[in-house]
Parts: sequence; C-alpha cells; structure tokens
Amino acid sequence: MKSGSNLEKVLTAGHFAFTGELGPPRGAHAEEVRKKAAYLKGQVDSVNITDNQTAVVRMASWAACLLLIQEGIEPNFQMVCRDRNRLAMQADILGAYALGIRNILCLSGDHCQFGDHPTAKGVFDIDSMQLIGMVKKMRDEGKFLSGAELDGVPKMFIGAAENPFAEPFEWRVHRLAKKVEAGVDFIQTQCIYNMPKFREFIRQANDMGLTEKAHILAGVTPMKSLGMARYMKTKVPGMDVPDDTIKRLQGVPKDKQGEEGIKIALEQIAEFKEMKGVAGVHLMAIEWEHRVPEIAERAGMLPRPQVG
Amino acid sequence: MIVAKRKPFDEIMELLKDHKKVLVVGCGTCVAVCLTGGEKEVAVLAAELDMGRKLANNPVEIGSITLERQCDREYLEKLDGMADQYDALISMACGVGIQFLAERFPNKPVLPAVDTCGLAVNQDVGWYEERCRSCGHCLLGLTGGICPVTMCAKGLYNGPCGGTNKGSCEISMDQPCAWHMIHERLKAQGRLSAIRQIKPAEDWLDTKPRTLIQPGYKKPEKAKA
Repeated sequence: MKSGSNLEKVLTAGHFAFTGELGPPRGAHAEEVRKKAAYLKGQVDSVNITDNQTAVVRMASWAACLLLIQEGIEPNFQMVCRDRNRLAMQADILGAYALGIRNILCLSGDHCQFGDHPTAKGVFDIDSMQLIGMVKKMRDEGKFLSGAELDGVPKMFIGAAENPFAEPFEWRVHRLAKKVEAGVDFIQTQCIYNMPKFREFIRQANDMGLTEKAHILAGVTPMKSLGMARYMKTKVPGMDVPDDTIKRLQGVPKDKQGEEGIKIALEQIAEFKEMKGVAGVHLMAIEWEHRVPEIAERAGMLPRPQVG
Repeated sequence: MIVAKRKPFDEIMELLKDHKKVLVVGCGTCVAVCLTGGEKEVAVLAAELDMGRKLANNPVEIGSITLERQCDREYLEKLDGMADQYDALISMACGVGIQFLAERFPNKPVLPAVDTCGLAVNQDVGWYEERCRSCGHCLLGLTGGICPVTMCAKGLYNGPCGGTNKGSCEISMDQPCAWHMIHERLKAQGRLSAIRQIKPAEDWLDTKPRTLIQPGYKKPEKAKA
C-alpha cells in the first residue's frame, strides 16, 4: 500500500470504486460541510473536497477535509496550482497528512478571471504535472522538491484529473501518459457526456497500457435540467455535451428533466462498470449532494465494500 | 520591442498637479515605434497638459524633448543642465527608461506618463501583441517557437489544461490556446516527441533583479559609475 487510504484499498482489491464530491461553503460555517457530508456518508469510498473551485474563495479544502474525517468520511484533498507556490503546497501536504488526509488530487485550477477575485494574480509556480511529481517525490523518495530530506513522509494516494474531450483529442491520451509517468495512482475524468469519444479515449489508454498503471475513474455529473445541459454545452470550457443529451432532456416535461438526467447518468454508470480500463466512477453531483444516496442505490453501488 | 500605453490623462494631471514647470521627456526607440512616447506623442501630451492646466486654473510651463533612448547614459547626458530648470520631469519611456532618467536626476521628481505592457510584436500599425516575459530560460526550442510562459494564461509547462476550448483558451474565445498551437505546429513538423517528456518545475530566474555582464566585460569601478 502506498497510502493505505480507503480509496486505494478499494481500488487495489479490484472493486469498482465510487467517489463523490463536496464544495466547501463561502463562509465559516462548519455545519454547512457537515450537512452536505451527511448525504454522502456510506454512499461513496471517498469524497473530493474542491479547492476554491471556479476560482471563487471558499473554506480551505484541507479544513473541510478535516471536518469530513470528524464525520467518519474519507476525504480526497483537491489542490490547485493557482493559489499557492511550491513552499505553501508542500507545507499544506505535510499538514494534511499529519491530520489524517490520505488522498490528494493535483489540479491546475481554473483561471482567476472566472472567480470572485478576477484580477488576482494566479501563482502557477508549478503546474499540475509537476505537482504530481512533487507529491510522489515527497512520498517515495522522502524528499522535498528541492531535494532536502523530509523528517516524516506524507504517504498520499496521488490523483489527477484528465479531460478526455478537449482538442486536440489525439493529444489527450499522451497527456494522460505524462501524468502516469509523473506518478499518479488514480485519475478522475472531466464529466463525461460524449460516450463514443470517451470509449475511444479509453481504448487508446488501454492500448498504451495506461489503465494498468493508474486507476481511471469516469466522471459523471447528472444533468439537473435542460438549462444546466445548455449551460454546460455552451459556457463551460472543455466540456463536450452532445446534441443527443440536449434532445433527450428536451423530450421530457420540465419537472421530469432531473429524473431524466439521473437516468442518463445511471445508464452511463452501468456501461462504465463493464468497460475495460474503467476502475470506478467519480460522481460530481453539483449542489445535489442530497440526491447521491438515491443515485448510489439505483446504480447498484451499495453497499460500499469494506476492505480491511 | 518594449510596448507601453499612455496613462489616462486624469492620472497624469494628478501626478503633476503640484508642479509648475514640467519637462516632458520622450523616447525615440521602442515607445516611438508603438506610437506611445515618441516625438509626436510628446507634442500631443505637452499641448494637452498646457490646455488642461489652463482650464483647471492652474497653469503650467511645459518644456519638451525626445531623446534617442532613455535607457542609455549617452543620450540622457543631453538633459544635464536642462533638467535643473524644471520642477519635475515626466517620462514617456518604458519603465526602464523612466528609472534610468530618475537615477540620472535623483533630486528631481521623475514621473511616468505611460504604463509599460510587455515585450511585443508589431502585428500591424497600432496593433501589438505580447510574446515574451523575459523569464530568462527560453524553452522555445521545445515548444515549436511558441512561448507557453507568455501565451498560456496559466503559464503551464506541461499543457494544455482541461480548459482548452476548441483551440481557444478558457479565458476567452479570442485568445488562442498556446498549447493547442504548440501541438499543431510540432505535429506539422513531426516533432511531438519534444513535448511528450515532462518538463520539470522551473527554477525561476525573474524573482530578483538580474544583471547581464557579457564575457570579456566587467562592471566599472564604483567611483567612475
């Protein structure tokens, strides 16, 4: 075991993993985190805690991770390269590990322009590829990025995101290969709607042997409404929402669109379970945490495996 | 070249409001080429200041001169003896020129009339685009002659990020994705292997003032400087 995290145990034992996501609040209320977390408890193997998602200031990811640990839920600490330099990142990794965090997801981070402080200076001292390598160096070599020895090593299970759809499509699998080479243990993909394209991406990853070197979790976000689908299609960079998805939601009355979105997600999950090279699903139910138990149940994901 | 744009007139007026005799100092090199701080723009600013201060009931005496370059002692020398006749100097050179002018006349307020905005190409008359951040460690050899430090909004060394958007950057459809361009150019050249390797964390060189001394040269003695 590299980290001994629950997520690592589930994946290593060959179970089909199921992870969730929680966005910390825009304020100091711990209750907000606990409330959302309660819906996720027992439903997923690990819960990603976003790090100032969409460049909007929120409660620190590591702090919300600790609240989850208090609630008996395993967190996955998301860390973006936008807000900290290599000193602050390494310091947070050490602190996070010391307080019980065992999973980390290494991300570039959305540009500040999207957020609530659009004129802030993005740091990007290192990029997500280099962050993966830095955490691996700390864990496997017991050294800081500078090469100095660590006194106490953070045994993290190292993850990263990958967008299987963004152009140039042919480069995506090579970028995945770079992340694998940098040292990721698992990948959580961008929300998938274009299934043919994702099948092709996974086929390429299988052919290159990448799915044997890292666990790929397929990203799923159920559409809550036609409006959300249209927004995702036109306004969210790097998102690939096919016309079929839009048409399917258009075909049902407005009050049934959420249910239709869940049905689409369930069909996707059923296919992912059978798809060679896919080791699990990462469910990003954005501001829909309370629907996770129902989705988990209907997707046949329960009960979650207990791996000792 | 270095490009700059003129500060808003109100900001220049505010900077100068307590000075009664001001010398506008242009620069005949980069900022002249980008139509910001050469002889013509010096004349325009001088005329605007003259009129603006009259209208504000706070008249000012304006002198003007455009040097060949403000980043060179040889040309700054022309102001010796002249600068003393003014309360303040307002420079239309880039940040480098403004500072060298201020260094030459340390007892005079030297004020900026422009904002320096980068190292840019001349796309067309009046149209300039930044291309270099002078990081000090050029990786254009690996990236098909396209600088990700400058042209990627996140300055990524191992892009593109997940926000790359059909050839555009996530920040705007008008901003090309640097890493998309890098990929396309290297692919056309059959050189994609150049970016398959992980580029390790950069040892930043631009975090402190840099000095360049060419081989065979040395700093002059302090006393002579």
